[in-house]
Amino acid sequence: MSAATIISLPDQSTARIPKVNFLTKENGLLSWLLTTDHKRIATLYLISITFFFFIGGALAGLIRLELLTPQTTLMAADTYNKVFTMHGVIMVFFFLVPSVPATIGNFLIPMMIGAKDLALPRINLLSWYLYMIAGCMAIYTMAAGGVDTGWTFTTPLSTHYLNTHVISTGLAIFVAGFSSIFTGLNFIVTIHKMRAPGMTWFRLPLFVWSNYAASILMVLGTPVLAITLVLVVLERTMHIGVFDPTYGGDPILFQHLFWFYSHPAVYIMILPGMGVISEVVSTFSRKRVFGYTAVAFSSVAIAIFGFFVWAHHMFIMGISNYAALVFSLLTMLVAVPSAIKIFNWAFTLYKGSITFETPMLYAFGFMGLFTIGGLTGVFLGTTGTDIHLTETYFVVAHFHFVMVGGMLMAFLSGIHFWWPKWTGRMYPEKISQLAAVVTYIGFNFTFFPQFILGMLGMPRRYAAYPPEFQALNVFSTAGATILGVGYLLPMLYLTWSLKYGEIAGDNPWQATGLEWQTQSPPLTENFAEIPIVDHEAYDYEWLEKQTAARQQQEVA
Amino acid sequence: MDHISPVLWQFLQKWLTHFPLFPPEASKIAPQVDALFYFMVLVSLIGLTIVILLIVGFSILYSQKRHPQAVQIEGSTLLEATWTIIPLGLFLVMFVWGALIYFRVYTPPANAMNIYVVGKQWMWKVEHPGGQHEIDMLHIPVGQPIQLTLISQDVFHSFSIPAFRVKREAIPGRYNTVWFEATRTGTFHFFCTQYCGTDHSKMIGEVVVMTPDDYKKWLAGSTSGDSLAQNGERLFASLSCNACHNARPDARGPNLANVYNARLTLSDGQTVTADDAYLRQAILNPSQHITQGYAPIMPTYQGQVSEEGVIALIEYIKHLDSDYRIQQTLNTTELLPDSEGGKSAPASLAPAAQKETKP
Repeated sequence: MSAATIISLPDQSTARIPKVNFLTKENGLLSWLLTTDHKRIATLYLISITFFFFIGGALAGLIRLELLTPQTTLMAADTYNKVFTMHGVIMVFFFLVPSVPATIGNFLIPMMIGAKDLALPRINLLSWYLYMIAGCMAIYTMAAGGVDTGWTFTTPLSTHYLNTHVISTGLAIFVAGFSSIFTGLNFIVTIHKMRAPGMTWFRLPLFVWSNYAASILMVLGTPVLAITLVLVVLERTMHIGVFDPTYGGDPILFQHLFWFYSHPAVYIMILPGMGVISEVVSTFSRKRVFGYTAVAFSSVAIAIFGFFVWAHHMFIMGISNYAALVFSLLTMLVAVPSAIKIFNWAFTLYKGSITFETPMLYAFGFMGLFTIGGLTGVFLGTTGTDIHLTETYFVVAHFHFVMVGGMLMAFLSGIHFWWPKWTGRMYPEKISQLAAVVTYIGFNFTFFPQFILGMLGMPRRYAAYPPEFQALNVFSTAGATILGVGYLLPMLYLTWSLKYGEIAGDNPWQATGLEWQTQSPPLTENFAEIPIVDHEAYDYEWLEKQTAARQQQEVA
Repeated sequence: MDHISPVLWQFLQKWLTHFPLFPPEASKIAPQVDALFYFMVLVSLIGLTIVILLIVGFSILYSQKRHPQAVQIEGSTLLEATWTIIPLGLFLVMFVWGALIYFRVYTPPANAMNIYVVGKQWMWKVEHPGGQHEIDMLHIPVGQPIQLTLISQDVFHSFSIPAFRVKREAIPGRYNTVWFEATRTGTFHFFCTQYCGTDHSKMIGEVVVMTPDDYKKWLAGSTSGDSLAQNGERLFASLSCNACHNARPDARGPNLANVYNARLTLSDGQTVTADDAYLRQAILNPSQHITQGYAPIMPTYQGQVSEEGVIALIEYIKHLDSDYRIQQTLNTTELLPDSEGGKSAPASLAPAAQKETKP
């Protein structure tokens, strides 16, 4: 089945922002704080995670400044340890985990499947409140003097040897975990039960598939983290002896439990981002996603295999050689679905009709950087090279390529892509294209040298380091300043566009998703009438016919 | 040139002359790890180039200006199978190759010389069998397989020697081992790579690889006069272990001569090998490790013996069959066996007399 389609962008000069939409329906602070509208909750999330992102980013800036010189110049070793711990905790639990699902996912999933809201709107609001409570606890921890366990809470360091605010941090993550469980649960129920008539599983947009896969991980994985943190707190306060060898416990057990969540958590973070990329690449090449089924099932495969690779974080810790063998093999298997996705996206471009708006530029950035991040993951999943590379800057570079180069690029791509739907206004195109390029350059400058540092053997989490590592660290810090500019720019021009941006109209990109077939910003109930779906996702022929029919109507 | 920006110029010059981009290869395993590493870099570069070529190529060929009509294509099973199977095959090659190296790094050869390393906040304590102690230094001979037995006294540490491409976690409560064979003399950094608290970044030390002659001189120059086993012997006496473990017929504890690496039957019927890990547990947590036929009367020595002390005791028990003097103090009534000096004990031990009592 192949047919040619011409999609041209609509004339936006006549577009008007509809008087009644979810932003204007009610006014006042209470109407926001007590809302059950998924779009308003998504907006609350967007504001809060942006806040935490800039706190985490400022901490990253401090880390890079300290590492400019081999000695501890800016801060004492203790302070440095607190700074990288809080950077990790905030970025992982308060930015990356909720970023795409709780904001973009929350905003879009009901619209994409043709529903009025999520299945459990009050639980959705509760999950934001839990997130905020957890966030306040994290801020309290920082204000009260911080914590220096590292975000990995390695026992017995976290249980017996540190005199900082381990308990409040543990509880903050515990509460944030419930926020994430509720979001996941809500998505699963919604996707199962609230699909519009005719919206079968294989007509779902790939963004929904990937969020569904991530939701399964959230619901099944997060409780394990919650239990682990409770055990850490109990061990710390009551010495119950689960992890402490002097009481008959086993510190390796903590590693198993922690990574049983924290490895799948990586996929919680990246899968929704992959969903964004599928939507964006399809829209800006005006072409259906190459191999829809493969991309959909690769998300599910990642979610399933993702649960069985946790011990690849422990190859050097003294697990048996044969256990290492099994986990290494499984790790190789989980790398394959990611490779499938990358090639399918690349071939989506084939014979498309491509334009290069900002979301597409970020998506290209994602594809390049995620490929590097994924391939270097294979270096670490291979037992023989892992021995040398693990616990060094190679690991730091690897997961920043996946998380920042991958996930954050996807997040920014999604924010730009759905900004017109969300606010009814366009962002300024030229400056945002510039920001995307600046981010890309800054990112590579910051993190690529860290691969070489890792190969040289520079350990992670060092406040001071031998002078032979300095040159590459200087490069990295220089890159971080460029990267910082790249992140500040969207903050500024997106805020500017709220008032001065061009009016977008319903479907400025001529995308096929149901969310684009309603007004921008949408009504509180999303659709004037519930749509009936009679076409597959990314059906540009359908869109072409629709547009032609509408034009005819207007002429008549 | 340096009148433009002296700082920048100096910096570049310094960088070009002083900062390496690859770590030295100083062990037998290092070139093998690097071969795999470069293979993976090559595969990654090819993969990345393909992805970039596809993106850039399609972007140019099918930009809207050049290609206003998008052709809707559903997919291609053949192509998708290709990019499933080829990466999988390559990953499996890396998996097998990596596993071969992994097993090599973590399976010490029988003739390896054992050195104990204890990690503690925030230093590395190295215990040579000859009784030499070092802190944040490790002297080893070139061309000799060295096994490190690692343990931590407090939190997780990790012992990493980048120039040798080996690393192993030092964990409280259990011994981990790693081995290597240095191939060139010189001084190389070793690091603690597992975050362990405030002064994590100060747990840096140096491996000094020496020629065998220099190493012998170093051993002779830095010995305190007593071997590790002899220190253990003293500790054994001071803790009154010999009150029970004395090999008399009416002894309340089992005879420890020849116990090292022997198969033991415990009171719960389990059979175990009395290796380092078992002996350590039996000293610190004796109620769980009662040899069949003995009453559970041994008190725990948890908190009374440091990790170094436990190591000395184990080293002492290890040598109970081969070192005359040590055995003499344990059991003065037993007769000496006939054969003498057949076994080559580590040179550093230098016992007064040696004997062979292997069953």
